[in-house]
Amino acid sequence: MKNNLNSPLPISVTCPACGMLCDDLTLTNTAPVVIKNGCSKSIKFFEQSFNLSNANACTPSISGKPTDLTTAIKAAAEILAKSRAPLIAGLGTEVQGMRAIMRLAAKSNATLDHMHSESTVRNTLTMQNGGWLTTTLSEIKNRADVILAIGTDIGSSHPRFFEKLVWDSASLFNKPTPEVIYLGVPEEKASSGSSPDGKQANAIGNDPSKVPEIINALNALLINKKIKGETIGGVPVATLQALVEKLKAAQYAVIVWSASSFKFSHAELAIQSIVQLINQLNETTRAAGLPLNSGDGDSSVNNTSAWLSGYPTRNRFVNGKPEYDNYHFSTQKQLQNSDALLWVSTFNSVSPPPTTLPSIVIGHPDTKLDSTPDVFIPVGIPGVDHAGLMFRMDSSITLPLKKLRNNELPNLSEVINRIEAELA
Amino acid sequence: MITLLKNGKLYDPAHNKNGVVEDIYIYQGRIVPKPLDHAKITQTYDLTGKVVMAGAIDMHSHIGGGKVNIARMMLPEYQQKQMQEIKTLSEPEAHICTPYCSHHATPTATDTGFRYIEMGYTAAFEPAISPINARQAHLEMGDTPMIDKGGYAMLGNDDYFLRMLTAKKDQKAINDYVAWTLHATQAIGIKVVNPGGISAFKFNQRRLNLDENHQHYQVSPREVLQSLSRAVHELGIAKPLHVHCNNLGAAGNFETTLNTMGASNGLPMHLTHIQFHSYGTEGDKKFSSAAAQISEAINKNKNITADVGQILFNQTVTASGDSMMQHLNAKHANPKKSVIMDMECDAGCGVLPFKYRDQNYVNALQWAIGLEIFLSVEDPWRIFLTTDHPNGAPFTSYPHLIRLLMDKSFRNEAFAKLNLDAQSMSNLTSLDREYSLYDIAIMTRAGASKLIGLNDRGHLGIGANADITVYTDQENREAMFAKPDYVFKNGELVVKNGTVVKVVWGATHTAKPAFDIGVEKDLKDYFDRYQTISLDNFKISDAEIFDDGRGSVVVNKN
Repeated sequence: MKNNLNSPLPISVTCPACGMLCDDLTLTNTAPVVIKNGCSKSIKFFEQSFNLSNANACTPSISGKPTDLTTAIKAAAEILAKSRAPLIAGLGTEVQGMRAIMRLAAKSNATLDHMHSESTVRNTLTMQNGGWLTTTLSEIKNRADVILAIGTDIGSSHPRFFEKLVWDSASLFNKPTPEVIYLGVPEEKASSGSSPDGKQANAIGNDPSKVPEIINALNALLINKKIKGETIGGVPVATLQALVEKLKAAQYAVIVWSASSFKFSHAELAIQSIVQLINQLNETTRAAGLPLNSGDGDSSVNNTSAWLSGYPTRNRFVNGKPEYDNYHFSTQKQLQNSDALLWVSTFNSVSPPPTTLPSIVIGHPDTKLDSTPDVFIPVGIPGVDHAGLMFRMDSSITLPLKKLRNNELPNLSEVINRIEAELA
Repeated sequence: MITLLKNGKLYDPAHNKNGVVEDIYIYQGRIVPKPLDHAKITQTYDLTGKVVMAGAIDMHSHIGGGKVNIARMMLPEYQQKQMQEIKTLSEPEAHICTPYCSHHATPTATDTGFRYIEMGYTAAFEPAISPINARQAHLEMGDTPMIDKGGYAMLGNDDYFLRMLTAKKDQKAINDYVAWTLHATQAIGIKVVNPGGISAFKFNQRRLNLDENHQHYQVSPREVLQSLSRAVHELGIAKPLHVHCNNLGAAGNFETTLNTMGASNGLPMHLTHIQFHSYGTEGDKKFSSAAAQISEAINKNKNITADVGQILFNQTVTASGDSMMQHLNAKHANPKKSVIMDMECDAGCGVLPFKYRDQNYVNALQWAIGLEIFLSVEDPWRIFLTTDHPNGAPFTSYPHLIRLLMDKSFRNEAFAKLNLDAQSMSNLTSLDREYSLYDIAIMTRAGASKLIGLNDRGHLGIGANADITVYTDQENREAMFAKPDYVFKNGELVVKNGTVVKVVWGATHTAKPAFDIGVEKDLKDYFDRYQTISLDNFKISDAEIFDDGRGSVVVNKN
């Protein structure tokens, strides 16, 4: 497919490749992709977008056979019309796409689940259990003097975090460059947090599975409880005591975690312990949390779902009324209970989970499918083929995505609206 | 196509009409003079005996933006429970559950529009748009059907403004920044929440009094208030500075509130949810009503307006920009959870569920204090009917609140069920005033429209937008105001017998005073250096609000 640009290069762009939503990028070349202020993830995202390997990227198909858009939409609508309780999953989309999906879900009694909600739900559960105290990116940039990253090196999932928020010396309140501390981050990843002059992040423990017991110990030390034993999770208690003192002395400590990096069961309990630590620190000083997101529009989907249905995902509609259950409405469980699957992934080529259900895939033009769905409709990539709106991972910022390229790919929302119209 | 509303009893305070029987003609969405005899009347509604008012305007209701969305995410169990309670209505509390009150404190955007229009409200204003979060606020309001909307942008805790104050920038520079913010956020007014305090909390200050300095900027809340109210006044926008005072909810805070009125220096100033700022420290429990002092001060200071922020008993959720006081009050949350946020060196936010109980001394007295203020402020043009939705109660409880104001025996019966200690600390039963239909029309229509500066809403004069509500005059004012016979939006019949019959999309109201665009030069540099988004992406264009043809932007000029 030709890269028929919407405006001459260079173009300033907002990058949807991770939850930081950097809007200071400038695209100067598309083949090969050259981006000012790019990072590994943004370059990969735009390369995938501009170098589609699929020659038939714009052609929908029914059972693998090429067809036209109208026929494909009719076929998709037929599947949903026959379905009593379809599952709409993946949900790799931005606000406008999700708005359309919510209307379709209400009309078709669908269940909604995002491809990354296994992680997101851990944060949601924590927030629903006791709440939390969080902060946003500009606060971190201007205020943080200690950054404690728990179980995540941050940089692998959010590559410009350190460049933009930590090492950048421009800050409003004359604060020192923050000290970066890794807790439970595997050794091979610990270089992400190294400063430009090569100073390694202070790493405490390198076994992510020990995070829960270490956090609990920190909580105990913070309220002056004695701990028996010399080490907790392989870390000397004296090291943990020193960390607690550092957090207490900080003007504005920021504790960062990534729900997706916690591979142990009931990770929401570990997140609760992190929140408890933050709350306790705030009794005397200031501290705040930052949950990292997983991407593919997860923050956008959750927010849009909340104002349109009253609930974040995982939710469903029954006779137009929203219901919520973040356990039973998971993709894995609903594949057993649903009678059709609509899979959406527009930012990246993500295949749906294996299923024998009648299935519709609406996605990235370069989607390489593991098995042939009943209907496949390629759609434009948000922020490349059409404009859109996205929530940043801290949820307080919503940014517009630009249309960079002209082609015949329809938007997800157009396709969803047309399917919905067929159902009427 | 001309629509005739025939023989209605008009309550139109903007034109001194107090129950005058008159006909209204509607053409192309507006109220027009009586047409010539040969003009064809397409539809006629016989409104003989019916009460006719302009569509009501809620001047302070949290209907858009991140805070309520956080509440939705945090409280799924609450919404599920409410669904059941709507059916059973068995809550043992003293009054407020009736078939007309859903108690849904965090309705979806869609439900928000429907519930408002079903009660005859045709506009609502989000009072706490954090500028950095304005796009989300407009997205949510954009998905709110049926009603007009708009918002007030929060300043006074943003680093850029506080920095200007510290640097003693001249008033013109501040005015330009305030005007630029109105444009960039598509707002109609400016609000300040806990002046300086939200920022101070980020520097670990836990309280900030009116004349206490913010430790970093070395400026006081009084200076913040004076600078912003002067800016708003000099820019010539109608809506006075919307002030959420320091020390919300704290016993003894009435003195801060009185001093805040003093800080206005005679310029127009609106004090919001004043009930939460009218507390004394008398009595055994060191918590008492200061409604008398507050009301007296409002009566005396003609430049001051206020809305009440009445509480009503039951479960709700408080959603505020006041992270400092919400963090302090988090221990009172019920159920016990809270979301507190520091936001972008710009604002803050605190969301906590609350259950107001009539047998709780403080809650019962809060209820009485709100009503004492309503009944003691003499001029209905300067006091507004709000529950600070959802903070005091959901907006769906307005009909109940109207009955409390209009029906003394109903009010006294409710009072008699309150916590006895609270009863002994309130003079409510000695206040005999009952609001008239005309007073209600001032408070919820003409006054609100005048306050915000809506040119053609809130009245029934020639040229007005035909947003019109028609009620059956009933002795039970709650039943009357809960279920209008008809609501017309832009001249179209959209509600019949309290049920939506047509879905329409309202406009977004803004104010766009002229300013020197040169202000952007320094702002751009500031954004590039210190913020994590660009200045261009901070600004919201008209086109973003037009959306897919549903929305529109109205620029109100004064």
